[in-house]
Amino acid sequence: MPTLTYLQAISSALRDELRADSRVLLMGEDIGVFGGAFKVTDGFVDEFGTDRVMDTPLAESGIIGTAIGAAVVGMRPVCEMQFSDFISCGFDQLVNVAGKMHYRQGLAVPLVVRLPSGGGFSGGPFHSQNPEAWFMHSPGIKVVAPSTAEDAKGLLHAAIHDPNPVCYMEHKHLYRRVKDDVPSGVYETPFTARVAQPGSDLVVIAYGAMVPVALEAVSDGLDGASVEVLDLRSLVPLDEEAILDSVERCSKVVIVDEANATCAAGAQVAALIAEKGFESLDGPVVRVATPDVPIPFSPPLEQAVLPGVDRVREACRELLAY
Amino acid sequence: MATHMAEPAAGGVETTVDHLTVEDRVWLLRAMLLMRGLEERAMSLYRQGRVPGSFYDGYGQEAVSAGAAFAMGPEDRLCILHRDLAAHLIRGVTPTRILSQYMGRAAGITRGRDGNVHFGDRKLGCVGMVSMLPDMMLVATGMAMAFKLRGEKRCAMTWFGDGSTSRGDFHEAMNWAGVQKLPVIFVLENNQYAYSTPVDKQFAVDPVERAAAYGFVGVTVDGNDAEAMFEAARAARERALAGEGPTLIEAVTMRMHGHAAHDDMKYVPKEQVEEWRKRDPIERQEKRLRELGIDIDGLRASIKAEIDAAAEEALAGPMPDPATAVDGVFCEGEAEPLGDGQAPWSGFASDGGAV
Repeated sequence: MPTLTYLQAISSALRDELRADSRVLLMGEDIGVFGGAFKVTDGFVDEFGTDRVMDTPLAESGIIGTAIGAAVVGMRPVCEMQFSDFISCGFDQLVNVAGKMHYRQGLAVPLVVRLPSGGGFSGGPFHSQNPEAWFMHSPGIKVVAPSTAEDAKGLLHAAIHDPNPVCYMEHKHLYRRVKDDVPSGVYETPFTARVAQPGSDLVVIAYGAMVPVALEAVSDGLDGASVEVLDLRSLVPLDEEAILDSVERCSKVVIVDEANATCAAGAQVAALIAEKGFESLDGPVVRVATPDVPIPFSPPLEQAVLPGVDRVREACRELLAY
Repeated sequence: MATHMAEPAAGGVETTVDHLTVEDRVWLLRAMLLMRGLEERAMSLYRQGRVPGSFYDGYGQEAVSAGAAFAMGPEDRLCILHRDLAAHLIRGVTPTRILSQYMGRAAGITRGRDGNVHFGDRKLGCVGMVSMLPDMMLVATGMAMAFKLRGEKRCAMTWFGDGSTSRGDFHEAMNWAGVQKLPVIFVLENNQYAYSTPVDKQFAVDPVERAAAYGFVGVTVDGNDAEAMFEAARAARERALAGEGPTLIEAVTMRMHGHAAHDDMKYVPKEQVEEWRKRDPIERQEKRLRELGIDIDGLRASIKAEIDAAAEEALAGPMPDPATAVDGVFCEGEAEPLGDGQAPWSGFASDGGAV
């Protein structure tokens, strides 16, 4: 089994899909000749040509809108937003046209939007956002967020095979930092949660870049407590069964979002636990998230708002003592 | 690059009929009469409280959709706007389903999930519009992009209004289609008002001129002449299938009713409406056909009977089951593709749809 970075795993999934399925088409700004802002599609034009690895005009609404058109006539477009922040310019097409299409007209829109997201590198207010909750709140759109290279590939294959619009949140901070064994060829990772580390005293629920943060936070300094880490992997659909199962076994819950706190994915998880897991709880549901501010540029400011290992560990310590 | 095919003018402008048989010309009239009759019936159902929400119609603009859609082949794909009912009728949507749609009934095209003219029958190659205009310009552009990538001889057509030309998606679609030289036909329905806003508050240049700025052909057509609309669309389709890229057709017309049923149009000068009433597209087509000896009264009577029967059937149909309100948000299992539409133009009968 080859060892790939998270970024290489994404590239591998795209390459495999382009080879296997002539309907697959990549669209985005600077993804062709240049190979993408993060080099996810580096060298692709040489193998697949400029028609299938398409350098588009600088127009996010145009990318999503034309991809919807291509999708409804039988293509499988995979769009890259250069940064997930720019999806605000394509929001209308995604939410109003793609998201509502099947409900209104019974017409499927097999469309993947890749959203390089997240902060931690002084990207500032327009290159650091985690916009996943916008789309969780919009009916008809699936949202997935891998934290490992294996899932990065498997979830992308599953997203491309899915007949619905899928927002694929790929965390930029993980691109070259995460590296693990990745199966060769095409395989699908289900849109369900995964126990990243089993435990019984407390569960940390996280997704994307917060999974490695959670794993590191609970690796020591908690006096030998048995802490579970649940990696959501998919936000829509949300794996309610896995969440409630972890809560039942662990009784204490810390939920971590890198996104702004209000109405974040973690808020939905907290609401779910309040509604359906209340009887299992031995303490308040604790949330760690970015406060409701734009992500600041300067490193000390950015580090002050993004959830890090220390904040997650401290939250666990306090809850364990409750 | 803009060319002017026909200046808007008061009634009786003859156009070339080289590509239209008498039967075709009757078809155009039939589609317009059916559109007007259905919308009048729907308005009356609205006043009776049987059409929920609001009601929008295309009175006086029937030629724009009838003429343009008539030039489209079975495998072409359409994104139709809310004042273009004739395009749906030409593609083969039945009057019963249209009236059911207005009334939010289970037999409507969206099965009650969306209202009024927000629909497109996917089985007939149509993708329904959304309220954010002109979003569908990009969708049509994307369909055309797929056709070009696959080397298919088909095109996409979409309609939008004068107000739409102010939004970014208009420019993104025009630019994209121009850059990639796509087989897409943009029909700009210039009906003088976007809700209450007149065109002089909407654009500083005639929007047809913008086609040249994006590198393709723009034509201005008398939007109240179904045959002129057909000819412009036929020529645009010919260019599209020959790989010569998009066309912007500016159909100059007039919105003769308010934006929706509630709107009394106080902001429109009466003289303007009266002036345009003389250019009624249906009267114009009837005059032409009467001269050819066509029995217009018979045609009107048969259409009225068809609408009566459709209304009766639609009113007898059930409302949707509330238990299904949350069904179908996602596609589960096999996706059903877009189907082909009806294409009644005689030009398709002889050569299977090729230009």
